[in-house]
Amino acid sequence: MTTHALPAPPAFEIRGLRVRRGASFTLDIPRLSVVGGETLAVLGLNGAGKSTLLEVLALLRRPDEGEVRILGEAARPGAATHRLRRRLGLALQDPLLLTGSVLDNVALPLRLRGLPRRDSRRHALVALQRFDVGHLADRQARLTSGGEARRVSLARALVTDPDLLLLDEPFSALDPPTRDALLRDFQAALPPETAVVLVTHDRLEAQMLAHHLAVVDGGKLLQVGPVDEVFRHPVDRSVAALVGPEIDPSSSWARGRAAARV
Amino acid sequence: MRLIAEGFRQALHLIVGIDPDLRNAAWRTLQISGTATVVSLVLGAPAGVMLALARFPGRTFFVALINTGMGLPPVVAGLFVMMLLWRGGPFGELALLYTPAAMVVAQSLIALPMVTGLSLAAVQALPARLHLQVRALGATRLQMAWLLAREARLPLLAALMAGFGAVVSEVGASLMVGGNLRGHTRVLTTAIVLEASRGNFSTAIALAIVLMALAYAINLILTRLQQRGQA
Repeated sequence: MTTHALPAPPAFEIRGLRVRRGASFTLDIPRLSVVGGETLAVLGLNGAGKSTLLEVLALLRRPDEGEVRILGEAARPGAATHRLRRRLGLALQDPLLLTGSVLDNVALPLRLRGLPRRDSRRHALVALQRFDVGHLADRQARLTSGGEARRVSLARALVTDPDLLLLDEPFSALDPPTRDALLRDFQAALPPETAVVLVTHDRLEAQMLAHHLAVVDGGKLLQVGPVDEVFRHPVDRSVAALVGPEIDPSSSWARGRAAARV
Repeated sequence: MRLIAEGFRQALHLIVGIDPDLRNAAWRTLQISGTATVVSLVLGAPAGVMLALARFPGRTFFVALINTGMGLPPVVAGLFVMMLLWRGGPFGELALLYTPAAMVVAQSLIALPMVTGLSLAAVQALPARLHLQVRALGATRLQMAWLLAREARLPLLAALMAGFGAVVSEVGASLMVGGNLRGHTRVLTTAIVLEASRGNFSTAIALAIVLMALAYAINLILTRLQQRGQA
């Protein structure tokens, strides 16, 4: 074990990020980062710019301004970006499984990286078993249920052991028991050193999974901080509205409101 | 009514007896239209997939041009190829006019926009974020194009069938650049036109039956390929 190792660079680091659509900015984030082993939840309503942010982080969309560093490396177009992208994992709300068996799907990221078929399939099966769907390995992917497909999609995102895992609401639109079981299995399957960005509009999900919380609205970063802090001390009304209807009476925002009313 | 019944009776004779002219025209049809379909697939499918993924200025105009080309009248394609291959034309030295090769060129020109346009639509019909997901799985651009084409294989094979259907049934371009030379550039459609104009309805009917059977056989193969693994 190395004792004098330099601190690892953040899994991602954003500075002065701006993404334009037409004349306006759909995304304007001065600063945001996450380190290995941490989960950052990005909370916001539909159209807040969450998915755009995720596309930027997945190096699938070039920002108009600002810098994005993934695992300490600046994202530049070309082969270097492709190499960098192969250290990421991505799972979306739509599982987007491809034609073929469940096992084929989970083995695909490894096959794309040039791993032999047999090894890919062996690793894929382990990943499936972690998500309790090893028994589905030979089933056609399109014949899986909604909950099963999510599990397969998450197993596929984690099979390469990514340094940074990007999730766009992979737990939403499931019935509560299915979702709770999936959340539990996901937490158990997540390697401790993996950094996670979870895009969601569900504050309970954020509370359950994340260490840090970033609240976005209209493409703007409203607040970022440890989850408890943001929940307890929303900086303004918009954040308060997003992090929960029942406002902790001890929160600074509520106190301020109370003071104003007096 | 008698004429039709008699026509069918004689047609069966020609088919069962494997009339050499009929066999030759059938073989030429398969050869020429098959080659043209393969050419349009090799060029058109990748072009369609690329066009579905690419964004460049003027893209809409280009796509509209391809979509217009899907309705290209065979005689217009024939005229165009004829002018190019004419003795005094830019490719006159190749002496390709009135050869099967010229017919392949003309038919490829007919099928190409069709295969390209339908391939483009096939890939665009995939879920909007699928190409992002595939890229994020670690696919290179080429790997992504292949994976997306595989996902769209049903409509892609439909595009191929449409392309084959268009060229195997056309007569205008084949007549213009092929010349309907017996045993050389005479295909089933041009032979039907000739026989019908001569009043040889039984022969024309025999040719029509063979043409339809041929088209059915090819489409059956493609459909089996398309529907493989579909529950």
